[in-house]
Amino acid sequence: MTTPSDTNARLVLTNATKSFVTVRALADGSITLYPGEAHALLGENGAGKSTLVKILAGVYRPDGGELRIDDTPVEFNGPAAARAAGVSIIYQEPTLFPDLTVAENIFTGRQRLGTFRRIDRRAMNLDANEIFARLGVRLDPEQPARGLSVADQQIVEIAKALSFNSQVLVMDEPTAALTTVEVERLFEVMRTLRSHGTAVLFISHRLDEVFASCQRVTVMRDGRFVRTEPIEKVTVDDVIHSMVGRDLATLFPKTATVAGEPVLEVENLCTAGVFDNISLTVRRGEIVALAGLVGAGRSEVARAIFGIDRRDSGSVRVNGRTLPNGDPLAAMAAGVALVPEDRRQQGLVMAMGVDQNVALASIRRLARFGLVRRASERRLASNWSARLRIKSGRVRDAVATLSGGNQQKVVLAKWLARDPSLLIIDEPTRGIDVGTKAEVHRILDGLVGDGLAILMISSELPEVLGMADRVLVLREGRLTGSFSRADADETTIMRAATGQHAGAVA
Amino acid sequence: MTSDMATRARHSPGDEGTDTAGRRARWRSAARWEVGLVVVLIGVLVFGAGESSTFVDPTTFFYLGINIGYIAIMALPMTLIVMTGEIDLSVASMLGLSGSVLGVLWHHGWSFVPAVVVALLVGALGGALNGILVAKAGLPSIAVTIGTLTLFRGLAEILLGSLTVPAAGDRQFPAALTNIGVAPIPGTQLSYTTVIFLVLAVVCGVVLHATPLGRAMHAVGLQPEAAQFSGIRVRRIKFWLYVVSGVVCAFAGMLLTLQNSSVSYSAGTGLELNVVAIVLFGGVSIFGGRGTVVGVVLSVAIFGALQMALTQLNVQPEIQNIITGALLLISVVVPNGGEAIGRLRERIKRK
Amino acid sequence: MSTDTAARPVRRFESLLRARELGIAIVIVLVVAITAVRNSNFLDAQSVQQLLSGAALIALLSVGETMVIITRNVDLSVGSTVGLSAYVFGDLFKYQHISVVAGFAVGIVLGAVVGAVNGLVTTVLRVPSLVVTLAMLYVIRGVDGMIVNGHTIDPTAIPHAFTEVGYRTLFGVPWLAIIVIVVVAVAGYAMRSFRASRDLYAIGSNPEAAALAGIPAGRRVFTAFVISGTLAGLAGALFLALHAQVDNSGGIGYELAVVAAVVVGGVAIFGGSGTVVGAALGALLLNTINQALVASKVSSFWNMAVAGGLLLAAIAFDRWLSLRVARGLKSARGVHRDV
Repeated sequence: MTTPSDTNARLVLTNATKSFVTVRALADGSITLYPGEAHALLGENGAGKSTLVKILAGVYRPDGGELRIDDTPVEFNGPAAARAAGVSIIYQEPTLFPDLTVAENIFTGRQRLGTFRRIDRRAMNLDANEIFARLGVRLDPEQPARGLSVADQQIVEIAKALSFNSQVLVMDEPTAALTTVEVERLFEVMRTLRSHGTAVLFISHRLDEVFASCQRVTVMRDGRFVRTEPIEKVTVDDVIHSMVGRDLATLFPKTATVAGEPVLEVENLCTAGVFDNISLTVRRGEIVALAGLVGAGRSEVARAIFGIDRRDSGSVRVNGRTLPNGDPLAAMAAGVALVPEDRRQQGLVMAMGVDQNVALASIRRLARFGLVRRASERRLASNWSARLRIKSGRVRDAVATLSGGNQQKVVLAKWLARDPSLLIIDEPTRGIDVGTKAEVHRILDGLVGDGLAILMISSELPEVLGMADRVLVLREGRLTGSFSRADADETTIMRAATGQHAGAVA
Repeated sequence: MTSDMATRARHSPGDEGTDTAGRRARWRSAARWEVGLVVVLIGVLVFGAGESSTFVDPTTFFYLGINIGYIAIMALPMTLIVMTGEIDLSVASMLGLSGSVLGVLWHHGWSFVPAVVVALLVGALGGALNGILVAKAGLPSIAVTIGTLTLFRGLAEILLGSLTVPAAGDRQFPAALTNIGVAPIPGTQLSYTTVIFLVLAVVCGVVLHATPLGRAMHAVGLQPEAAQFSGIRVRRIKFWLYVVSGVVCAFAGMLLTLQNSSVSYSAGTGLELNVVAIVLFGGVSIFGGRGTVVGVVLSVAIFGALQMALTQLNVQPEIQNIITGALLLISVVVPNGGEAIGRLRERIKRK
Repeated sequence: MSTDTAARPVRRFESLLRARELGIAIVIVLVVAITAVRNSNFLDAQSVQQLLSGAALIALLSVGETMVIITRNVDLSVGSTVGLSAYVFGDLFKYQHISVVAGFAVGIVLGAVVGAVNGLVTTVLRVPSLVVTLAMLYVIRGVDGMIVNGHTIDPTAIPHAFTEVGYRTLFGVPWLAIIVIVVVAVAGYAMRSFRASRDLYAIGSNPEAAALAGIPAGRRVFTAFVISGTLAGLAGALFLALHAQVDNSGGIGYELAVVAAVVVGGVAIFGGSGTVVGAALGALLLNTINQALVASKVSSFWNMAVAGGLLLAAIAFDRWLSLRVARGLKSARGVHRDV
């Protein structure tokens, strides 16, 4: 670790800590950034990367620790202060104004003024073009932001950061939603920025990209800094080991199961522009993982199977019965359950109690003579609370008061209460602390042992490798790999996910 | 993996209460609101009784039912619609339209029952129009129902013009039925509209608070996306709620016509705002997902009693307007006021 | 480069927006032309003046309403503010014999106060503007009713010079219309040219991003409400000039007409886009259709129904348009998915 008074460094964060009400998000956050470098921040979900980065961006105030910029201690009381100090952050989902033009988005609140303090559009557009030239890209400053692709929106966000003369650019999973061409363009832009002395820090899970473009990496685990190394001194396995830091077997208690009859049979599922020709089978007692990079279309496939989105063509059969298109109720009746990707928006009604959430998918079954009693909801919830060991106050407390891990258990309870034959679970342990993660994995393992079929979507390679009986890989809407548990490893999956080398398709 | 900030950034503006303390406070305040309404109601009754000896009198109660009954009936489907996060501003215009349909058919010699059936059908069709535009096409309900408000009233005007039915030479409406505007239910002092309202209120309350459909409505109002992911047919529920609203408002139009023994196209103009005020004052959140039928019933009682008390005191209708407006403001300021004070304190702390 | 082909359908979208204003103008011309064919009196000087002055008040109100709606709020109190302002103005004329200028000032200040209250309650207390302005609508009607107390301000009480504004013309264009046109032009220009007005669009387009960008949303929204109220106060004064009389029913129903005009004029009810020029043209269109129906001997009973139908059609059309554009963009982008 570097000493706090490293005068060459642009930015030094030492021993930062941050806790929220129930959660210790960051126990020891440290990082050093030099001018002109590309620096990757690695770690699993819950390692504290997001928190650290938000401290740098001024979104959070650290409870402890010190932040120095150009060897001067600073304290940000908001994102504006961070920006003023030269630190800009670009989130994975760009926050632009769809109805304003690109140039207006870049210069919101700081548009160039002419006579009588009127906005000088010509000058503003020229300024925008100048920044784009500096970045080496071509975008029309006059077009509304609404029409831009995610990649272009990112460029606008970078342009915005540049317009603030940012010395430090932080990017959160910048390549997650980009095509290969767009990734290349982004790295070009980053190279240009670095040549002007800007330090670029990015959080990423795409190790191949990290190794191809960064000078140094910092690994975090469980809210703590683990190590920082120049890229030449480490290998992929090295890095993964630092990230995971423990024996995979204990984290993923996978008992061997024998797969039975096919429960889910998907054939040639297509929806234009989203996914193409998806065919897969999930059998009783097996976990099939759907791996791939964010934006590959996995959640969309899950939603199409469940019926939330209509599919263009293809068939879905559950236990031999064909499901009608776009009918979640029919899917549920056939025994399908979907634990969605976004717990807070899609999985739970945050304002409702644990009891009502658990009962929400089963209300019709709970009803006697058409009436539902709060008591029966509460009973159902208490049963499942005990079975899944959900830690909450009272069963009627709003789920918003629960921790992420317990919230996920509530979603699980909601669906398990229906006794499904197929569970589709999208990012089972995203945003959950390590202890509960293991619990969730144990639960899933137990379910599969009892004969449930599970289709698991996950962006976490260790989870995929640890839990799955079979691994399917999606890239840009197409199946690019199918591996058995024995054949699957980091490299083969990543290759199929990033398209560096075509894997065998089932 | 998406960053948490991005997820938070996607929350809609109305989603303030996702922090734990805020949510707890709101839940507690639900029960508090109804209690507060009871207190206010008692206060109004006491006030009225104090000012006029004939206030707490069965006859007063009867006329209260006549005056506010048909408005109260419209408030029930409105409650359900607002619970699902939408609004229906076309209610009063449908009242007028159905009355106009009845009037024009009656004028042309139709017998009563078929005319009523057609009028109710028109209500269903109008509601279906709202339902298709809001639920199926996903258009914003405030804009759509302002449009149908204008359209329905316009159709009513086309049908009836400047006519008031029964016009010269028309039959009178069946006396047995127009009786509801004059006499209470035999053996009691309750007006028919009061009883109809109470029965509908009980049905509404049971549906909203004790059936799977009611649970679904709560979920739709609080978080439509999560409701959809739980297998709830969000669009179907909203569509049928608008149809029900149309039919119920058409029915209210029938009642009003019978009470007054006459109908003109402008019946009920402007009343939609009264209905919204009653519902919001009853504790139903404009954002959806929160509120009780009991609260709306109490709100109806308060509005009705206030109107009676002020009329008996010969207070101008204008002041009643002011009071309605003030009550409406109170119904939203009070729950938000506490939060606003909290925010002010925070801002001071930060400085 | 990958960006260029995506830019083309998008630019079409933007020019479509500008074309909205042109489209409305064309429809107005069409309606006038068709009606003139059936009734040649429609193109008379007097008839055209009617077209302009009939729309003037609503067009004026729609300027302020546009600003409010752009920020994802709504102002339903404008109608009653018009009524109150008109009556107070007339009352002061009649009994206090104030000057015309003072009268205008009173009306404007009155409107500004109403707007300020709306703005404060909406921004500080975070009450949904639908509810606030609805409540204010009631309260102001009530206050108006109290003040009016059954009286009427009739034409005899109003100085001739003042009512001249209602029917005098300059080169054939009524003074009333000229005033409104000036306001619309100034407002339209301001909405494009000043940082504060672009902030309004930002707030409506993406409130979270606006907060992140440090835009003082509270202050901006408050100002929008004050402007809306002020214009309503001004419209009240002009109401008196136009109609030369007012009782307690002045301005009733205006708020709904304004919202209809604004939506027809292309302002998104969800905020973030639309222009005051478009809104004013929407008001003109609605009035033109009204007058056209009268001139075509269609009974005036059809006015409301047509207005309602038009509003619904406008909303549906806007939605269809944005869906189509989104689909077009998706397929344009899809081309770039690597095979």
